Amino acid sequence: MIDYHALAPELILAGTVMAVLIVDMLPVRKHWTAVVGLLGLFATVVPILTLGFCESLDFCDYSGSREMFGGSYVIDAFSLALKGLFIGSAFVAVLLSVGYLESNRFWQGEFYFLMLASVLGALVMASSRDLVTMFVGLELVTGPTFLMAGWRKGEARSNEAALKFFIIGVLSAAVLLFGMSLVYGVTGELTFTGIRAGSVGVLDGDLSGLFIIGVLFTILGFAFKVSAVPFHFWTPDTYEGAPTPVTAYLSVISKTAGFVGLLAICYLAFGEVTTLWGTGLWVLAALSMTVGNLIALRQTNVVRLLGYSSIAQGGFILVPFGAAIAADVTGSDLEEAFFATVTYLVIYAFMNLGAFGVVIAVGNRLRSAEIKDWAGLFSYAPGLATMLGLFFFSLAGIPPLAGWFAKFVMFRSVLASGSGWAGALAVVAAVNSVIAFYYYSKVVVSAFMEKVPDGVPVAEIREQRTAPSLQFALVLTTIGVVVIGFYPTLISGLAEAAKTFASGF
Amino acid sequence: MIPLIAQVSADGLQVEPGWYMALAAVLFAIGATGLLLRRNALVMFMSIELMLNAVNLTFVAVDSGLGSLEGQISVLFVMVVAAAEVTVGLAIIVAVFRKRATASVDELSGLKG
Repeated sequence: MIDYHALAPELILAGTVMAVLIVDMLPVRKHWTAVVGLLGLFATVVPILTLGFCESLDFCDYSGSREMFGGSYVIDAFSLALKGLFIGSAFVAVLLSVGYLESNRFWQGEFYFLMLASVLGALVMASSRDLVTMFVGLELVTGPTFLMAGWRKGEARSNEAALKFFIIGVLSAAVLLFGMSLVYGVTGELTFTGIRAGSVGVLDGDLSGLFIIGVLFTILGFAFKVSAVPFHFWTPDTYEGAPTPVTAYLSVISKTAGFVGLLAICYLAFGEVTTLWGTGLWVLAALSMTVGNLIALRQTNVVRLLGYSSIAQGGFILVPFGAAIAADVTGSDLEEAFFATVTYLVIYAFMNLGAFGVVIAVGNRLRSAEIKDWAGLFSYAPGLATMLGLFFFSLAGIPPLAGWFAKFVMFRSVLASGSGWAGALAVVAAVNSVIAFYYYSKVVVSAFMEKVPDGVPVAEIREQRTAPSLQFALVLTTIGVVVIGFYPTLISGLAEAAKTFASGF
Repeated sequence: MIPLIAQVSADGLQVEPGWYMALAAVLFAIGATGLLLRRNALVMFMSIELMLNAVNLTFVAVDSGLGSLEGQISVLFVMVVAAAEVTVGLAIIVAVFRKRATASVDELSGLKG
């Protein structure tokens, strides 16, 4: 029997996706499609909350995790926490898009249709506990984003961004699938629990080579999705060429979806071979942080800067995975690492969406994303400049903004495991935090301290107002970044609930 | 010992599943090489399709060895997803072609990584 309560978030969102297409056909103003999308996202939160607080509700008679379809689809604390994160981020991403699409006269109905379909894929990924469901969810996340990246159809740069993203995206799918097929070949199982049971002692057997290649290819496929160095080269080009709201979507929701897949596959399916993926992700984390930050230093365009910064942030998110490199890693260490990754993902979503919101708002006025044109922003747009400082310092990890807590749990998780290799990774992360602080603060200092460059129509810009939807998105993310920074227990409770997922060790 | 490639049974000539997996690995490598060497977006796309079909062959070969069905079901999913990706990919390539009248990726260098 199908548990409709457990599937309600996905069903409501699927209904919303259809409703957006139908509203697009009706003879009403096109921005109604966004309104329907936002209402649908709001409705999706209701079943997520009732499932999450099932124990204290009268009509809900079932608690704990719910398994469906032979264990392929599971609703537990982890999947609910991540679904909440996806819906919240999607809400902000839609708000970021409304003004941009309206003012540039882009197609709107289809855009929200594709974006919400992609979010539906992210929800499926959070719950999927077998290789095929995970793959279908992942492709549902990425498929629509290829088209969204090329949304400015008449513009060569947007086309180029879409094509590069598409080729790399499909390549990564092929690599991921090849890895999955080898893992299936060795263990004979598709479900994560089955793979875990089947992989006990496989590294000492005849098929160890095949299994190692399978695991590494699977992780490689996800490394493309989360744009870890050296599989990052598509990221800055696609981020710069795509419309900025799409870039925000890619850098937060699509990337988080990749990390969710990586979390589920590493901790559940490959739970018996932690050293194997620990080593691979240790290297990817160190490279992503270092290369991402060093190249970000030289950037003159804010969007490209945020592109490289998101590569480096991806490295920080990978750091807790790297703690699994130690051969004697214990269950509680892995739980701590899992907790750190989920916490970082939640905080990263707030601050990165906020940073892109500021870029969209300022970009609308200045018609430029070059850092040198942003000098003296504070003198004519003090509100936006303050938010810029808030989000950039949060990304840099300055207390009391939310970013510090993400960095804190990240460092705590690697240092807790106490092994030499994990310690080395903590040192790399610490050095990188300093480098990152330099380029984030450079932009903020220039916006606050320097003179306005010639040719910026200051009086004209003062007259302009930020679109209400964008204002709302900025307020939401600002509150998130400040409140989480002062009361980190708010989200540590969420991540703590998600941790039960990794407690099978 | 010479590895067994095929044997004759009551059902006719049977090829060992391991060789299908080896063939799949070769196909995957050919696809990857084609992707790296060719510069036409359509041909690159074909190479990726070859890689996806190598995956399908692996799934089916594993199933014939294990006598199970899960892999064959997975192949159906992979084929559906690949078909969906063809529509998306061709739409993007058509958009690029309209703008530039070429499908060569070397021409696409407006953005510098």
